[in-house]
Amino acid sequence: MSAVEPLSFLDHLWLARMPLLRGLGFTVTISFLAIVAGSLLGIVVGLALTYGAWPLRWLARLYTDFIRGTPVLVLVLASFYVLSTVGLQLSPFQAGVFALAVFCSSHVGEILRGALQSIPVSQTEAAKAIGLTFPQTFAYVLVPQAIRQILPTWVNTAAEMVKASTLLSVIGVGELLLSTQEIISRTFMSLPFYFLAGALYFAINFGIERFGKYIEHRTTISA
Amino acid sequence: MTKLLEIRGLCKRYGATEVLKGVDCDMDKGDVVCVIGSSGSGKTTMLRCINMLEDFQDGTIRIDGKEIGYEAAGGVRRRKREREIARQRMLTGMVFQQFNLFPHMTALDNVTLGLIKVKKMPRDEALAIAERWLERVGVLERKGHYPGQLSGGQQQRVAIARAIAMNPRLMLFDEVTSALDPELVNEVLQVIKDLASDGMTMLIVTHEMRFAYEVSTRVIFMNQGRIGEEGDPREMFVTPRTERLAEFLKSSTFA
Amino acid sequence: MGYTLNFSAVWRSFDRLLAGLGLSLMLAVVAILIGCAIGLFVAFALRSRSSWLRSPAALYVTVIRNTPILVLVLFTYFALPQLGVRLGKIESFVATLAAYSGAYLAEVFRAGLISVPPGLREAGLAIGLTEMQIRTSITLPVMLRNVLPALSSTFISLFKDTSLAAAIAVPELTFEARKINVETFRVVETWIVASCLYVATCTVLAVLMREVERRLRIPR
Repeated sequence: MSAVEPLSFLDHLWLARMPLLRGLGFTVTISFLAIVAGSLLGIVVGLALTYGAWPLRWLARLYTDFIRGTPVLVLVLASFYVLSTVGLQLSPFQAGVFALAVFCSSHVGEILRGALQSIPVSQTEAAKAIGLTFPQTFAYVLVPQAIRQILPTWVNTAAEMVKASTLLSVIGVGELLLSTQEIISRTFMSLPFYFLAGALYFAINFGIERFGKYIEHRTTISA
Repeated sequence: MTKLLEIRGLCKRYGATEVLKGVDCDMDKGDVVCVIGSSGSGKTTMLRCINMLEDFQDGTIRIDGKEIGYEAAGGVRRRKREREIARQRMLTGMVFQQFNLFPHMTALDNVTLGLIKVKKMPRDEALAIAERWLERVGVLERKGHYPGQLSGGQQQRVAIARAIAMNPRLMLFDEVTSALDPELVNEVLQVIKDLASDGMTMLIVTHEMRFAYEVSTRVIFMNQGRIGEEGDPREMFVTPRTERLAEFLKSSTFA
Repeated sequence: MGYTLNFSAVWRSFDRLLAGLGLSLMLAVVAILIGCAIGLFVAFALRSRSSWLRSPAALYVTVIRNTPILVLVLFTYFALPQLGVRLGKIESFVATLAAYSGAYLAEVFRAGLISVPPGLREAGLAIGLTEMQIRTSITLPVMLRNVLPALSSTFISLFKDTSLAAAIAVPELTFEARKINVETFRVVETWIVASCLYVATCTVLAVLMREVERRLRIPR
C-alpha cells in the first residue's frame, strides 16, 4: 500500500479557504466598526478639546492622555476582562471592538484638535467681520480647511486600526490572525501561513495607503 | 610666470541647457576681479566650477598651473579622485550667499574645524590662527557664540574668517551680501575691501555696483554663459562698449 | 451583583508588576538602540543614488510599516525556526522590535537628513572636508538635534509596543498583569494599575526626553 502523500501548502490553503475568508471578513468588520465608532467619538472628543468649557476640556484631555499612554493590547485585555467576564457580559468581539474604538477616538480627537487649532485666528475674525455666526463659521470656514489637514493623518489612523485588529486574536476573536494560527496548529506549516497572513495584511494596508495618497492628491488646493 | 588662475574654454550643461558656453579667464596674484551680470548669466556657476562644487563638461581650470577637477588619463577626460578634489579645494576659499555656518558650532569652532580636520594642525595652533582672523574681520568678542546668536553681518564675517583661515590662494565670494539686511551690507563690504588692500587674490560675484567700481582691479560682465565685456571698471561703467552692458548698467542702481 | 474595589490583592503583587515594567523598559531600550543603527543605515540607503541600495531599503520600510506588529512577532518566533533561525523568546522579540523600529526610524532620519541645509555640505566641501568627514562632523550632529522630538516619540511608542511580548509569554508588564488578573479575579483593579503604570512611565519618559532636548539645544 502506498504511503499517504503529505498535503502541500496550496492544498491546505484550499482546504482552509472558508475559515480564512471568514477570518478576513471579521478583520474587515472589526476594523470598519472600530474606525466608524472611533471617529464619531473622536469628533466629540476633538470638539471638547478645542471648544469645550474648562472642566469639559480638562476631562477630554485626561481621557485622551490616559488612552494614548496605554498600549492598545492593554486596552483590549482590560476591555475583555472588565466588560466581558465581569461587567456588561459583552462578547469578546464586542469588547474588542469597543477597545479599538476608544483607542481610535483618542487619536481622532487629537488630530481634530490639532487641525482646528492650526487654522489661524484671522480666519475666524474674517468670518465674524462678515457677520457669520459661530455654527456658520464652523461649517463653512473651519471644517473645510480642517478636513484637508486631517485626511492624510486620519487615513493613517484607519490603517493603524486594521493592524490593531490582530490584537483581538489574543482574546479569542476569530479574525484573520487567529484563523491563521488555528490552521497552523493543524498543519504545522507556520512559515507559509504566517507569510500569507502578513501578505494579506500588507495588501490591505498598502491599499489604504494608496487610497489615502489618492484622496490627498484630489483634495490638495494647488498652490 | 604661471598665472594664479587660468580658465580656458569652460563649458557647463545642466541636462539640455547650456549654462557656460566657453569662458576664458586669467587672474594674477593680487587681482581683485568682480563678476557682474543678470541672474542666469552663469556667473555663480563659473565660481562654483572653480572649486568643483559643480562639475563641468569641457574646458580646463588651472590654479598655479595645477589642473582642477579633471585629468587626461590615456586620452580620456576623467574626474579626479574625490580625495584629490578635496585636497585641491584647499587652494580656494569660498564665502556663500547664505553664510552656511555650521549651526551646532561656535564661531571659533567653525573656523578651527578645517584647520584641525583638513590641515591636521594641533589645536592650539589652529586656535591662534582662528582668533587672529576673527579679530581681523572684527568679531573676536563673539568667538564663543553660536551662529544663531549672531547678526547676519557677523555671521558672514565669521564665514569670511573660516574661508581665509585655511590660507587659500584664491578667495571666491558668491553674492555674499545679497542675503543681508541693507544696514549690515557695509560692514561686510568693508572687510572685503580691507582684505583686498592687503593683497588677497579675490574673485567676487556681486550685485553691488559701487563696491565693484571701488574695489576691483578688473570687472567681468557675464551674459548668457559667455563673457560679454571685460576691463577696468572705471572705463567699463562709464563708457560700456556693448549694448547689453549698457542696458544692464542702466537697470542696476548705480549712481 | 456589586463589585467592590479592593486594591490589596494587586498591591501584594506590585513587585511583580514592577519587575515586568523593568523588563518592558529594557526591551524598549535595546530595541531602539539596534533600531537606530538600522534606521540610520537605511536612511542613508534611501537617499543613495544607487538603486541597488535604495530599492531594498524602500521595500524593507514599506513591508514593515504595513504589516501588523503582532504578525511580525509571531512570524519571528514561530515561523523563522522553519528556516533554521531558532531564537529564544526575548531575543526573538527584541529582534522583531528592532527591525520594526528600524523601519520607522529610517523615515525619521531620512526627514532629518533632508532638513539639513545642503549649503552646509557645500561649505564643508569648500574648506576641503571629505564626504565622510562632513557626514560625521556636520550632517549627523545637526540632524540629530532636528530629529530629537520625533526620536523621543518613537521611543515612547516602542515602549508601549513592548506589551506585545505578552503574546509570546515574555514576562513583561502586560503579561504579569494578565497573570495577576487571572489569579486574583480583581479585573478592574489590575488593569487600572497596569494602565497607570504605563501612562506614568510614558509621562516620565516624555519629561526626560524634553529635558534632553533642552540640554542639547543650540543656543540662539
